[in-house]
Amino acid sequence: MYQYDKYDQSIVDARVEEFRDQVKRRLAGEITEDQFKPLRLMNGLYLQLHAYMLRVAVPYGTLSGPQMHMLAHIARKYDRGYGHFTTRQNIQYNWIKLDECPDILAELATVEMHAIQTSGNCIRNISSDQYAGAAADEVADPRPWAELLRQWSTFHPEFTYLPRKFKIAVIAADEDRAAMRLHDIGIQLVKKDGVLGGRIFVGGGMGRTPMIAPEIKNFVTADDLLSYVEACLRVYNRYGRRDNIYKARIKILIHEIGADEYRRQVEEEFVAVKALGIDPPQAEFDRITAFFAPPAFDAGASDAIDRTDPDFAVWLDQNVKPHKQPGYAIVNISLKKTGDIPGDASADQIDVMADLATKYSFDELRVTHAQNIVLPHVAVRDLPEVWRTLDAAGLAAANLDLITDIIACPGLDYCSLANARSIPVAQKIASRFADQGRQRDLGELKLKISGCINACGHHHAGHIGILGVDKKGTENYQLLLGGSGAEDASLGKITGPGFDEDGIVDAVEKVTNVYLGVRADGERFLDTYRRVGMEPFKEALYG
Amino acid sequence: MGDLLRYRDDAAHEEPAVTLDAFLGASNATAVRIEPGEDARALLPHLDRIALVEVAFPAYRDGRGYSTARVLREAGYTGELRAEGDVLVDQVPLMRRCGFDSFAPRAEIDSATLKASLERYEFVYQGAADGAVPVWKLRHG
Amino acid sequence: MKLLTGNDLPSGDVIWWTGSGWSRHVEDAADTGTDGEAILAVEQAARRVNGAYVIDAAATPDGPRPAHIKERIRALGPTVRMDLTLKPEVSPEVVL
Repeated sequence: MYQYDKYDQSIVDARVEEFRDQVKRRLAGEITEDQFKPLRLMNGLYLQLHAYMLRVAVPYGTLSGPQMHMLAHIARKYDRGYGHFTTRQNIQYNWIKLDECPDILAELATVEMHAIQTSGNCIRNISSDQYAGAAADEVADPRPWAELLRQWSTFHPEFTYLPRKFKIAVIAADEDRAAMRLHDIGIQLVKKDGVLGGRIFVGGGMGRTPMIAPEIKNFVTADDLLSYVEACLRVYNRYGRRDNIYKARIKILIHEIGADEYRRQVEEEFVAVKALGIDPPQAEFDRITAFFAPPAFDAGASDAIDRTDPDFAVWLDQNVKPHKQPGYAIVNISLKKTGDIPGDASADQIDVMADLATKYSFDELRVTHAQNIVLPHVAVRDLPEVWRTLDAAGLAAANLDLITDIIACPGLDYCSLANARSIPVAQKIASRFADQGRQRDLGELKLKISGCINACGHHHAGHIGILGVDKKGTENYQLLLGGSGAEDASLGKITGPGFDEDGIVDAVEKVTNVYLGVRADGERFLDTYRRVGMEPFKEALYG
Repeated sequence: MGDLLRYRDDAAHEEPAVTLDAFLGASNATAVRIEPGEDARALLPHLDRIALVEVAFPAYRDGRGYSTARVLREAGYTGELRAEGDVLVDQVPLMRRCGFDSFAPRAEIDSATLKASLERYEFVYQGAADGAVPVWKLRHG
Repeated sequence: MKLLTGNDLPSGDVIWWTGSGWSRHVEDAADTGTDGEAILAVEQAARRVNGAYVIDAAATPDGPRPAHIKERIRALGPTVRMDLTLKPEVSPEVVL
């Protein structure tokens, strides 16, 4: 993975001191909260329901064992012994003190980590495929492109006060594991005549007005990448709406002027920008790419595995995915054990995962947008030991992509924007479907819960989505069906009137029963919904 | 009103800035003021007779002026480029990178804080309008 | 009744105006009547509170009860981690 040189380190260290100074000025009253707010947000520090919350960046979801240990250390020393992995592949801490925040950043900087641009109206942490570098179906590792974008976007002088936040994802496979087209810019790497380039999609997003990004450019090579995205951003910064915060995302601009007109303006801007020489040379791209070279795999490693332990076999079938290297596998660690809070991990669990990475996965981990953790490069022969260790730490839930592998935002238990709680709903649904045979029979079923219209829980992209709303001071939950954040991206549709907390759990069960009754062979819930439409589900819910 | 901060050697331009519409309406003005929603590209045919462009920042959150500055500098404008309005100390380094070389902040900016802020980052990741050398160039000579 | 609430600036803790100062317990909160905004302005300027605002509440035998569930959760802590709340012994249902 990428390692800082003196330049990267100098920039991150300077950032720590800058924020230390900003906090000092705030505590001394030299700046108002209104002036301080954008400064702290650009460093991932929110004032949430119960305390300050710090969001730490995990660039493109990749981190090392020592970095993961540092996250555990921060949880113990400065927080309350746990952290929350987010749908943006980051981690956030819920009980941070403002006056300790500079020290936290200083500790993070010792392991090449930071909280830069994890919030604010700027270019956020770049996200990517959690299987990058391990997936058999990728045309290249997308992370060198993501790292190039990370450096370009860090403290970009022109794009730090955008109309609204800006999220970029890079993938390199036809299977989209990063909800690429639901980003402000989604880049899919493809090969054309042996040359690697990116298909550029612009204007996707969730939130109040969900949109799937249209393709704006079908091929951009690495040596034009930064000029092209700079042009995309400049058009947005100049013409994105600033009169209404709810209409300020780039998706609204593109929706209003049309993809063709946006493309025309970007092309025009690109000609001007390209002449500036802001694209690094091939040597820089090669330098970055070298950090992502495959680890020293054992070429003779065997794929043979003993499946006699039935619990191990279930976990193997559900959570372990094929690796491009024979004799290796990708291990998904579910943070969704029944009763758990989706995405939460204790400091001890974080340490366990860090140790496993060091010992069995070439010191590498990934955070997924589904709020799980991945050990990307595990030798098949080590899988039993990895599983035993995970199981002992309560981390061996065998439910990847099943109905209990729920994405849930923190909701009204933690978030000051939320209208309703998300986590208790996730817990109740997980309990209802806890039976392993039952959830496996339902097959792949992505259930996603947001506690408000901002959609941090990706409810629009859930096969089953749940949106918490405030109904005259009480929590109410709307049900959506038919969304997908994958390569077959679609937006869920609301079934009808909402439900209370227990009612929504029953409603989920009812729609799964409809599916079981009408599914054809091999159909996932989503496939059945797309074939039969909303009616049978509505009938079961409201008929 | 804070003091005018200038990073230029020439004398400050005294002529009051006129609106973009007034400027384009065949005036002989040499100073022009650009509001956030206005297109700085309209000035490009006239750059050689402009001595001061004042870019308005009615609220610090509105970042359109950063692009305005870069558009003008990229087109070769070398006159004074002034950020006026809700300009805060933590924004000045970014504005400098976008090509602003004078500042008329609504509220006084503490000079020691500003100095520290301008000197804080030794390196930058990306090229912009200020001539700072991006780290990729330092890495590869 | 009207309560004044906000967060402690350095720690971020949720705090409530008691009539003479700030407490971490909603039970200590005092009715500010129509004075809330005036107190807020003074206290915020002195940085004894951050992000302060006035909320509606009802007087009950157990003390003030905020009108909105969001404020009741703020007063208690996360209902899914009762061990981290100010009242680990109560049921999370108290916020409903």
